[in-house]
Amino acid sequence: MEVKAQITGTVWKIEAQVGETLEEEDEILIFESMKMEVPLCAPDSGILKELLVSEGESVEEGQVVAILEG
Amino acid sequence: MFTKLLIANRGEIAVRIIRAAHQMGIHTVAVYSDADKDSMPVLLADEAVHIGASALAESYLSMDAIFEAASKTGAEAIHPGYGLLSENALFSKGCKERGLVFVGPSPEVLAICGQKAETRKKARLCGLPVVPGSDDVLDKSQLLEIAEQIGYPVLLKASAGGGGIGMGLAKNARALEKEWDRCQSRAERAFGCGAIYLEAALPSVRHIEIQVISDGYGNYIHAFERECSLQRRHQKVVEESPSPHLSPDLRRQLCDWSLSLCQSIGLVGLGTVEFLVDAQNHAYFIEVNPRLQVEHGITEAVCGVDLVALQLQMAAGEPLRLKQGDLVQKGSAIECRLYAEDPMTGFLPKPGYLEHFSYASEEGIRVDTALQAPQEIPPFYDPLLAKLIAWGKDREEARLRAIHALKALQFKGLKQNQEFLIQVLQADDFVSDQYNTQWLEAFAQSLRE
Repeated sequence: MEVKAQITGTVWKIEAQVGETLEEEDEILIFESMKMEVPLCAPDSGILKELLVSEGESVEEGQVVAILEG
Repeated sequence: MFTKLLIANRGEIAVRIIRAAHQMGIHTVAVYSDADKDSMPVLLADEAVHIGASALAESYLSMDAIFEAASKTGAEAIHPGYGLLSENALFSKGCKERGLVFVGPSPEVLAICGQKAETRKKARLCGLPVVPGSDDVLDKSQLLEIAEQIGYPVLLKASAGGGGIGMGLAKNARALEKEWDRCQSRAERAFGCGAIYLEAALPSVRHIEIQVISDGYGNYIHAFERECSLQRRHQKVVEESPSPHLSPDLRRQLCDWSLSLCQSIGLVGLGTVEFLVDAQNHAYFIEVNPRLQVEHGITEAVCGVDLVALQLQMAAGEPLRLKQGDLVQKGSAIECRLYAEDPMTGFLPKPGYLEHFSYASEEGIRVDTALQAPQEIPPFYDPLLAKLIAWGKDREEARLRAIHALKALQFKGLKQNQEFLIQVLQADDFVSDQYNTQWLEAFAQSLRE
């Protein structure tokens, strides 16, 4: 399952590691935009298969940033 | 009076300060980041100096870059605006060491106000009731015990914080430990200090603040209150003055307390004392903001003063000529903050391209903005696009003027909260003054459902 950025901003902090089993609503990473920190949470439970961004990287709203395998 | 002022800020507040300075015959210097190279402050100021890349840490928070710009241009004073370096004691100290006038309090006063737990102690000594909580900065081992004593839910607050950053709500012990880690790391990052204190999360409260003005000669006056209960994420969205909620007795009490506290701290310039008022009209002190507030315009509209001009005069060492009796609350004013955000998705920030923005000049309406579309609204800075301030002879006239002016605003190409603000001002609860600090988020939720 593709997990997309809900905002335009930068990746502040990555909270989950590739290979980790996540529950729904677990934080994958935290974006920063307009002086606000916005967590990106797992939309479903599953294994974090891929992280497509790194800390400090700019992202656009709708960009795929992680792959979750159910 | 100094002759050249550097404005260490950006956006609408930089424009506001430049306007006040020019009206006083003061030469202005704007500083700007890469993202702001074509911004309105750069166009309006007499001089402009590039201070770095777009990220705040590399430009508007870089003291070295700002001091270098002041030295290069021969500026004699620095106005920090709000946010950014405005409450930074080291910055105020750095100005002093370089012979620059800092338009704000001394490093000592900023140090007291910057440690919120310390200010709470001062407030208690002055006889102000404070929200039940911890005075001392805690470590994690004390956390659970103190939270049990206060009673859940508790608010975690960054001692050096402001603007809702580093704040968290915990309803139980499990949430408290998690929030502690989160708030501490965010406070550390935002303010360079991870100290946290606890306060009881009071239900059904209003947020009311008092504007204090003082010179360096022992003169302290107040410019009454601002009602700031309409918030999301602990950040204000709509403010009004006078508060429709406050009785004359409580108003007098809050003003007296505020003057007494600011006097005991030794605050010079502008200060705002913030309180929570519960449903039984019990007031509790929260904090002192020793700077110009975003929402200062509603006080100016109601009291007929120019707070920025007063601030500049006091920073230049002039005595306060205004007396308490000169200030009266005339009519009513409402401020609506236009933000680049989407209230329908939990107020998520929405940077992007603004194709067009315009507003009509109307009686009783003031728009503070630095927009000059078409332009990019970058993700590096806060989402404030403009402040619309409506004044009327009474609250209803101010409300109707604000709605009319909001409807007349033209935005194209950027998600913002214009429509939401209109809905707020039209809501029965707003009209009948039935709101508290939790109302706005609940109202947005009800619109989403």
